[in-house]
Amino acid sequence: MNGWLGPEEWDAVRLSLRVAGWAVAASIGPGVFVAYVLARWRFPGRQVLNVVVHLPLVLPPVATGYLLLLTFGVQAPLGGLLSQFGIVFAFRWTGAALAAAVMAFPFLVRSIRLSIEAVDPKLEQAASTLGASKPWVFLTVTLPMILPGILAGAVMAFAKAMGEFGATITFVANIPGETRTVPSAIHTFLQIPGGEGAVFKLIFIAVLIATFALVLSEYLARKIARKVGQK
Amino acid sequence: MSLSVEIYQPFEGFELDVSFRVPRGVTVLFGSSGSGKTSVVNAVAGLVHPKMSKVAVEGAVLSDTDKGIWLPPHRRGLGYVFQEGRLFPHLSVQKNLLYGQWFARHRSGEGDFGEVVDMLGLGALLERRPNELSGGEKQRVAIGRALLAKPKLILADEPLAALDEARKAEILPYFETLRDEISVPILYVSHSIAEVARLATTVVALKDGKVANIGAAADVLGDPAFTPAGVRAVGALLQARIVKHHADGLSELDASGIPLLLPKLPQEIGHQVRVRIAAHDVILSRDEPKGLSALNVLHGVIHAVRAGDGPGAIVSIDTASGRVLARVTRRSAQALGLDVGVSCYAIVKTVSVAPEDIGGL
Repeated sequence: MNGWLGPEEWDAVRLSLRVAGWAVAASIGPGVFVAYVLARWRFPGRQVLNVVVHLPLVLPPVATGYLLLLTFGVQAPLGGLLSQFGIVFAFRWTGAALAAAVMAFPFLVRSIRLSIEAVDPKLEQAASTLGASKPWVFLTVTLPMILPGILAGAVMAFAKAMGEFGATITFVANIPGETRTVPSAIHTFLQIPGGEGAVFKLIFIAVLIATFALVLSEYLARKIARKVGQK
Repeated sequence: MSLSVEIYQPFEGFELDVSFRVPRGVTVLFGSSGSGKTSVVNAVAGLVHPKMSKVAVEGAVLSDTDKGIWLPPHRRGLGYVFQEGRLFPHLSVQKNLLYGQWFARHRSGEGDFGEVVDMLGLGALLERRPNELSGGEKQRVAIGRALLAKPKLILADEPLAALDEARKAEILPYFETLRDEISVPILYVSHSIAEVARLATTVVALKDGKVANIGAAADVLGDPAFTPAGVRAVGALLQARIVKHHADGLSELDASGIPLLLPKLPQEIGHQVRVRIAAHDVILSRDEPKGLSALNVLHGVIHAVRAGDGPGAIVSIDTASGRVLARVTRRSAQALGLDVGVSCYAIVKTVSVAPEDIGGL
């Protein structure tokens, strides 16, 4: 495949996979937590949390990217504090992963939240009468039953993260080998005369990865759904 | 007393104010829908948190509002059989059964896996998933699951209500087995007089959130004033021992010296059973009846006569076998001179006793 793809294109594909992979992997824990809070808890700031989570969906991605820059840039208070501990997001691939995670988060939370709302709280009650404390109820009843939802959300989030462009380029720019993901690379090649060949190859790969992810999630979701007795 | 419950919870337009102390055995919380039965059981389980509650099982305090005690459901050590089973769909029958046992592994108590599986006939179902079970099978698994959690008390909230008649008849005997073979007390919610008659050691009758009547099953059912489900559901309980199975399809029983003939029973000779005699199936006579087709005649003395609002009256007669209730018209009661202290004969047609009215003791 190296022969077919130029090193620059290959870098972009690898980087995109890494960025999207990390973005999703790091989001699943917080995603499940936020989804659970939104689905089950009733507290005054619930709507505010809901809006904040969904903000990246409705805001222009450029604006999200700029807000990230204002928060996590090296000059920014939080970014400066983190850089003291060696955690730097600005103009690094980790920043691209952060941008992708933020942009993909609403998709992840939405899917998981729907699956949590589909779990009958009466089953959780039954588990508690059988001696399971709240964490155990979650681990042994809720979590297994929402696995298909987590998986579906993760795949959607992965696809979103692979395609993220606006926030990424605003936050971490377009540095070859560091922050030039597939969409950024496509954008770059479109600026170069004669870059259409590379553009089509990258589009082809993007379609391939997206299709593969969807088929895989469909297969796994069906397998898990059968296992948890929903079909 | 094995179980003591005190609960107070105001609802909109309804006040739950219940207090009772009952001995071991099956306590049936009886009442129509909306009488507060399920709220009581859920408060005992800790699933709802009433304004005031004092619950103690076998001396262990589960909640006491005055002392600020409120154990969460998972620390109460109870077994709850829900109306809809509530089996975990993602676990096999075996894992459902073992779910509570794992959390109760450090506690001593009843509940050997093999014994429970045998008792409930679950051996062939262990590998299946709940969605592959029939309604009756699901309830059997639910009973087993509750039992294996080594409960101090088993709660059952209308566990038969979602089943058809045939399935009810299949599950009811398992609760009799629980009552008779396992020393765990049971708090059983029901609105069915047949279930009360077959299962109850003690009856707590609820009406509009208050205890309307409480006592041993035979006493409460033998009370002519106890007509919670309408006069048609009135009937007393007799205890009898099976003496002989006759070739003509009848079983002969001995009810404290008085012979009773009933349609053939499945139990073996020597077995004690409880028989519910519906009040509207009993005919009264002042004189010893002769030349009657009815086979069962119980002689006794009238204990009380209670005239209702309609044309009927309920007469309770103390016989050697126990108290029998008869529903007659007020006109007959007057014509026959049926008054307290009068001697009379209660006549019961053999075929009028339905099989679901006869249960193991």
